[in-house]
Amino acid sequence: MNQRVGTDSSPLRFAACESASIPLFATFIGARRRAPPARTHRQIGSQLVGRRILAAMGGLDSSSMETDLDRPNIEEYLTTETIREVPKKLHLSDLLDISPTLTEAAGAIVDDSFTRCFKSNSPEPWNWNIYLFPLWCLGVVVRYGILFPASFSWLVSLSNLISCMFCRVGVLALGWIVFFAAFLPVHFLIRGHDKWRRKIERKLVEMMCSVFVASWTGVIKYHGPRPSRRPQQVFVANHTSMIDFIILEQMTAFAVIMQKHPGWVGFIQKTILESVGCIWFNRTESKDREVVATKIREHTQGVDNNPLLIFPEGTCVNNHYTVMFKKGAFELGCAVCPVAIKYNKIFVDAFWNSKKQSFTTHLAQLMTSWAVVCDVWYLEPQYIRPGEIPIEFAERVRDMISVRAGLKKVPWDGYLKYFRPSPKLTERKQQIFAESVLKRLEEK
Amino acid sequence: MGNTSSMLTQYDIEEVQEHCNHAFSQQEIVSLYHRFCQLDRNSSGFITGDEFLSVPEFAVNPLSQRLLRMLDGLNFKEFVAFLSAFSPRISLQQKIEFLFKVYDFNSNGKVTFDDILSVLRDLTGSFISEQQRQEVITRVLEEAGYRRDSSLVLSDFMRILGSSQLKMEVEVPID
Repeated sequence: MNQRVGTDSSPLRFAACESASIPLFATFIGARRRAPPARTHRQIGSQLVGRRILAAMGGLDSSSMETDLDRPNIEEYLTTETIREVPKKLHLSDLLDISPTLTEAAGAIVDDSFTRCFKSNSPEPWNWNIYLFPLWCLGVVVRYGILFPASFSWLVSLSNLISCMFCRVGVLALGWIVFFAAFLPVHFLIRGHDKWRRKIERKLVEMMCSVFVASWTGVIKYHGPRPSRRPQQVFVANHTSMIDFIILEQMTAFAVIMQKHPGWVGFIQKTILESVGCIWFNRTESKDREVVATKIREHTQGVDNNPLLIFPEGTCVNNHYTVMFKKGAFELGCAVCPVAIKYNKIFVDAFWNSKKQSFTTHLAQLMTSWAVVCDVWYLEPQYIRPGEIPIEFAERVRDMISVRAGLKKVPWDGYLKYFRPSPKLTERKQQIFAESVLKRLEEK
Repeated sequence: MGNTSSMLTQYDIEEVQEHCNHAFSQQEIVSLYHRFCQLDRNSSGFITGDEFLSVPEFAVNPLSQRLLRMLDGLNFKEFVAFLSAFSPRISLQQKIEFLFKVYDFNSNGKVTFDDILSVLRDLTGSFISEQQRQEVITRVLEEAGYRRDSSLVLSDFMRILGSSQLKMEVEVPID
């Protein structure tokens, strides 16, 4: 199994392996290829060492956007072993042997840890036999015909309204009516007493979220102490779908930081969520980061603001893995309270694959399934330790959340869904290879 | 072959297996098919360069552009044939042949000084000067008994790499 080739393995090939194995975390987790496993253990052990070397070298400016994309993988290369290897003379066979790099590429084609993070569960057909098929049919009838009635004619008659009260869309519709009936007057009429208005609006939003949750028959178990309203704290959670926010909002009114969406979701964002205090960002704008960082900082310092909820992954992941956390939430100098969310896949796959379906389709899918069952754990607030850099802090919190929710960690930046990896990564590999070639050239 | 359908028949699997000289088992071919469908997002029957580059691990590989040219427009059967070089069931000779194809950019059966230079450029980027690169290649070529203007054919590659411990294997996950 171990592909390290004996004692006379040419260091050039070894160096090429070093530069080529990216990221070794992936090798460790599940992107299976025949890379030298012995290196993996050393790699994980020296990861922190690598980070310190990186920081000390001041190689990459940590405030540039690109670094976030670079960051997960750079450390993997900077093991001290490469530097200590005694270089051997360069032969033609060594130069022509590009097999490690090719193996890496082929391995990535065959299986890679990043794509796995965004794979939806394919529904396994369990109904294809004589006993289960009628049962499944009955289930469909109940789910689509009774739980989610297609008709929205509740406006027509009261009797319809009553019958729909027992049905999900009816519940949802009723909820919206009540909500708007209460929210609009409060929002526009009670002008002078801001504090009261805020309080009422907050309660209304919480109620609306409960209605949402009820409309998918949400069975949610909360563990741990409920979030409290204090300044100098921020909440971070793993992200599977937009409903994460609704589930958490049901319990406590959070302020949230969100990507602006089009359509009816955008409308709701603009009107209702403004009342709980929301910060908008735009993934595609590069200057956006600094603006958002300032806004976040202001928010956490305000005494009267709702606690801020941030999803540091930056994108929806399929609830089996966590991708790298962005360090924005971790360099504010305040307490970070981790929240872990885990959905029970037996009932429904709550992953919102934003590339495959719109939010409306996603909601409809949720409403036509049996239930949304999930666990929410509020974990102990964490503070940055002396001598810890924000990236390490983010990793530590990600560890906590992943362990608690039973998710595997993957060293990729979620934004790679939308952007290509930075060329700096490739350059790093090239640099290591180049250095080893030159070194070997010196040898006689 | 029905690349747009999500079901592979037994005939399809056997056809693909024939084409790749039994480099992969039938289960592995089914796995590769799922992977192919996963990468081929618009179900066009082949994976575009962009779709390959959406795999970050592939995109950061220094040889990605070179491989993309070889992978461009391949249907599933050819895709499996391409990957067969990475199967443990394939002989060293066939792996060296694959390596030769990577170098032989214009597919004329000869690998020249410029071809080797081009690959080395991909691998080292801007961290070695062009002059140093040429120097390296000239030196090792001469040491191996070739001249700077000689071109290598497949049998040369076999001779040079035949005794090396070339390890080029990828494991196909079977789920």
